[in-house]
Amino acid sequence: MTSSLRLRAGLVSIVLLAAFLGIWHLATRSTGTTTTMSPEYAKLMGLTATQGKSAMPGPLDVGAKLWEHLRRPFYDNGPNDKGLGIQLGYSIARVGLGYLLAVLVAIPLGFLIGMSPLLSKALDPFIQVLKPISPLAWMPLALYTIKDSSISAIFVIFICSIWPMLLNTVFGVASVRKEWINVARTLEVGTVRRAFTVILPAAAPTILTGMRISIGIAWLVIVAAEMLVGGTGIGYFVWNEWNNLSITNVIIAILLIGIVGMLLDQVLARFTRMVTFPE
Amino acid sequence: MTDKFISIEGIAKRYPGASGATTTIFENLWLSMARGEFACVIGHSGCGKTTVLNILAGLDAPSEGAVIVDGQAISGTSLDRAVIFQSHALLPWRTVLGNVAYAVSSKWRNWDRAKVKAHAQTFTDLVGLSGSEHKRPSELSGGMKQRVGIARALSITPKMMLMDEPFSALDALTRGTLQDEVRRICLETGQTAFMITHDVDEAIYLADKIFLMTNGPGAVLAEVVENPLPRDRGRIDLHRHPLYYALRNHIIDFLVTRSKTFTTEMSDHDPRNVPLVQIGKPGLTIAAGSDEPRQTWMPGTNPGLSA
Repeated sequence: MTSSLRLRAGLVSIVLLAAFLGIWHLATRSTGTTTTMSPEYAKLMGLTATQGKSAMPGPLDVGAKLWEHLRRPFYDNGPNDKGLGIQLGYSIARVGLGYLLAVLVAIPLGFLIGMSPLLSKALDPFIQVLKPISPLAWMPLALYTIKDSSISAIFVIFICSIWPMLLNTVFGVASVRKEWINVARTLEVGTVRRAFTVILPAAAPTILTGMRISIGIAWLVIVAAEMLVGGTGIGYFVWNEWNNLSITNVIIAILLIGIVGMLLDQVLARFTRMVTFPE
Repeated sequence: MTDKFISIEGIAKRYPGASGATTTIFENLWLSMARGEFACVIGHSGCGKTTVLNILAGLDAPSEGAVIVDGQAISGTSLDRAVIFQSHALLPWRTVLGNVAYAVSSKWRNWDRAKVKAHAQTFTDLVGLSGSEHKRPSELSGGMKQRVGIARALSITPKMMLMDEPFSALDALTRGTLQDEVRRICLETGQTAFMITHDVDEAIYLADKIFLMTNGPGAVLAEVVENPLPRDRGRIDLHRHPLYYALRNHIIDFLVTRSKTFTTEMSDHDPRNVPLVQIGKPGLTIAAGSDEPRQTWMPGTNPGLSA
């Protein structure tokens, strides 16, 4: 039953993809000779003017270009011409570093705030004010204080991924069932052991959900951050290819950003499943 | 009183109410239990039974008064007093054995893994869960979950067991089996037990002493009823005992009518010397009188319950 449902859903997905590619192809193909002009002039004007071809690349152009990129993902021909693998690698490294720093701060801090009603109330106004600030608004301040564009990008990732993790950890820790805490209390379990053996496993699904939201936001923000700081990364690649007017490469980059984002989300989803317990 | 293993001395519990007023759940409550005794508390919801149990467990602190266990005033929770929770409170991310082992390793912190496991296994077997050790609580029925709760409480070999309506969420058949188990285990290990219940028959079957509490707020311990049934009572012929219905009717009368009116009628009630009711013994609070026909109950006749 479920396998047949999966099969049918997969079939519908393929049909939809084929329809999308088909429409895209039809919309951007050449319509034949539109104007007659001298061959020299025609060469200058390009296919858009002579053959009625859309300036938007078709799926076949994008496919060919993508294949080219996939065959050589790690080439490095200088600052403005690096393989997509290298660019994605830079972005993933920045996200990974900023995110890891955020995990190291948010989870212990969230534990502290969640276990202490005093800290929870005292820090609440700060969190409420800091949370809605767009991470990119921090960029000038980061550039001015850190004086390094690459580290500033990591800082921006750090600041944007900390809030969902912090808030979810606080919520998860504060809402651990009273009866589980009471079990630990009647067994004279100390605070540290209680934190690790009762509160952490009980709050883990909520914490992991926060981490999953954070990685999504971090991946959204890195593209914009790299467009600003420049140099390397998939965000810089997108902007650079826009300056080169290579819409094909922009589309490829968009596709890859989506795929990498999905993979990051899947990894966190798997971790979440690992710590989720049925009740 | 003779041996006071547990002595609750004048405890009160008050909560701050609206506009500075305080709500008193109960006050000046005195109660004592001997070692190895099984006591049940009966009373309507809101009379503070659970609060008394939580204070005994150390999960809650009284607003006034003290609790003395084995000659020492208690402060906070202790591994000497195991609690069996109404909602069984198992840790769902641990297996059956893991839940019991958690308690074992909390009591004996320097034991190695194998020793903890073997000890936990003994108590898992004791409650009849052999073969289900590696299941998670979500895979167990309500009765099996509560068995794990009992195994966890017993595994730390406490001085006393505190049970907060442990069987109220179970179906009648499972409840019966678990009552048998608890009774057997408590008798075998000489455990002192304090149980809250709503079930009159459960109290009669399990308890040596039944504490009757009036309605809250401002609840008092009205009477201590001594269970006249023999210690080696069996579930099947419990109701054939000549004093069974007298005892049952006394408790039900209390729950139905006297728990409401007790405080207004008994103005000379001394909370430090709560009357001890010994059913069927002449010259005491409950004379044979009106209960006589019920005591001569024969199979096949309707005992005429007042409830």
